[in-house]
Amino acid sequence: MATIVDITDEKALEVKNFEFTYNGAQEPSLKNITMPIAKRSITALIGPSGCGKTTLLRSFNRMHDLYAGNRYSGSIEFEGRNILDAKEDLIKLRTNIGMIFQKPTAFPMSIFDNVAYGLRLQGIKNRSELNDRVEKALQDAAIWKEVSSRLKNDANGLSGGQQQRLCIARAIAVEPEVLLFDEPTSALDPISTQGIEKLVIELKERVSIIIVTHNMQQAARVSDYTGFMYMGELIELGVTEELFVTPKERLTEEYITGKFG
Amino acid sequence: MKTNILDKIFENSTRLIAFSILLIVAWIFTVLFQNSLDSMQGFGIDFITGTKWAPNLEKFGALPAIMGSVISTFLAMILAIPLAIGVAIFLSEIAPEKLKSPVGVSIELLAAIPSVIYGMWGLFYFVPIIRDIFGGLGIGMLTAGIVLAIMILPFMAAVTRDAMNTTPDILKESAYALGGTQWDVIKDIVIPYAKAGIIGSMILALGRAIGETMAVTFVMGNVHKISTDITAPATSIPVTLANEFTEADTDLYFSSLFELAFILLIISFSIISISKFYFLRKSRRA
Repeated sequence: MATIVDITDEKALEVKNFEFTYNGAQEPSLKNITMPIAKRSITALIGPSGCGKTTLLRSFNRMHDLYAGNRYSGSIEFEGRNILDAKEDLIKLRTNIGMIFQKPTAFPMSIFDNVAYGLRLQGIKNRSELNDRVEKALQDAAIWKEVSSRLKNDANGLSGGQQQRLCIARAIAVEPEVLLFDEPTSALDPISTQGIEKLVIELKERVSIIIVTHNMQQAARVSDYTGFMYMGELIELGVTEELFVTPKERLTEEYITGKFG
Repeated sequence: MKTNILDKIFENSTRLIAFSILLIVAWIFTVLFQNSLDSMQGFGIDFITGTKWAPNLEKFGALPAIMGSVISTFLAMILAIPLAIGVAIFLSEIAPEKLKSPVGVSIELLAAIPSVIYGMWGLFYFVPIIRDIFGGLGIGMLTAGIVLAIMILPFMAAVTRDAMNTTPDILKESAYALGGTQWDVIKDIVIPYAKAGIIGSMILALGRAIGETMAVTFVMGNVHKISTDITAPATSIPVTLANEFTEADTDLYFSSLFELAFILLIISFSIISISKFYFLRKSRRA
């Protein structure tokens, strides 16, 4: 049985008895996951490759629904409802729960249009509102100074780190409640990584963050809570400092001390 | 030592073969140009602007044939482009996995059908339909455009689908993650991303349509007349060439047909050059 820390603060999400099976697979890739996600804080998911941390992350915005045949059971509660419900409006869900990917994914359009994209999808057409919200998002993503003079330029001309911050700006422009980061710095150099980590910490003032990372130091640097996953199960969820210093589970200890993984 | 000599022989023979291609292109250009000289000297620019094609009077104006090629191709493109994009969107984004491969393969098979078969099919199947709907003979520009559209559609759809398939999943997922619908993702991400490939496929299809002979010869009519009615019989450059060489009894007639072929070659050559230029510029940028 997993060791789950008691979170007394308000929760952004609550996973209960969650199980996930990929299309065609016999065995579930995630089983028996029960996990609270604290509001306005950063929860990191760590674990060896193939442990299911990205699969879990992609369940929160129902990304798995883009591909036929994937199956869920259990529940994930968000704002008082189970988002795994068949009636869940996925378009709305995804504007409430945003996602940043492993690689920067600037769209083939201008910097401005990239950030305005989610806003336009919501039907916002008013020019001055778009301008204001794009500028605010770019400022919040700490990239405004670098791009303010070339908003009309193709976003693919930016560096990798800039593109990733642009993607963060694009995600926060629609003012989500939760942001999911899927190894957001794995394609970036150390300086850009530092910038993104700083940004992630600043963002928790306003959004609840879940970050999947391969890098234990990164989890220790940025997160408030850390969940350790192994073979499709959540082994331990704890306050980050405690989990790294005094892990409760033997597997967690072996992983963070480098005995496997 | 021995392998060195073999290497040299191999190198030089491949070089020879490669250069022979250049030679053949130059040769074709020269032959067409030389044989066109009589007609060029005789008619000058009037050959291109002249509307009268009267072999018995030794008057040759190529405008009806040029217009026929341009208009039938234009009709074909207008019909084929939206359909090809629709088919490609279905195959790359909408169709379930189980359907993608059988439908994809049958489209590729369709692209392999010899054009003469499209022509026969057009004559015996489409001509009566057009006749019933619009009256008249049923052969002409419109029928040719439709048959050409059907002929270039599979190629266009297949290349467009391949271009759309190169859109990285992660890019599409990013748009879905912002609350995009499937249509949003297709229109804002997939089509812009695949734009170069889509335009390239169109230009290549255009090149194929404008030079197409057999499919069009069956259904065009070979009448040298510019008409405002697209259902009236007409002609195009390849149709004229296919029909009239056997009748070319004078030197000027013969030379005029060669000039017509020369014009077609220049048009096709230009289309391919433009597409190459476009692709080169794109790929250098990427």
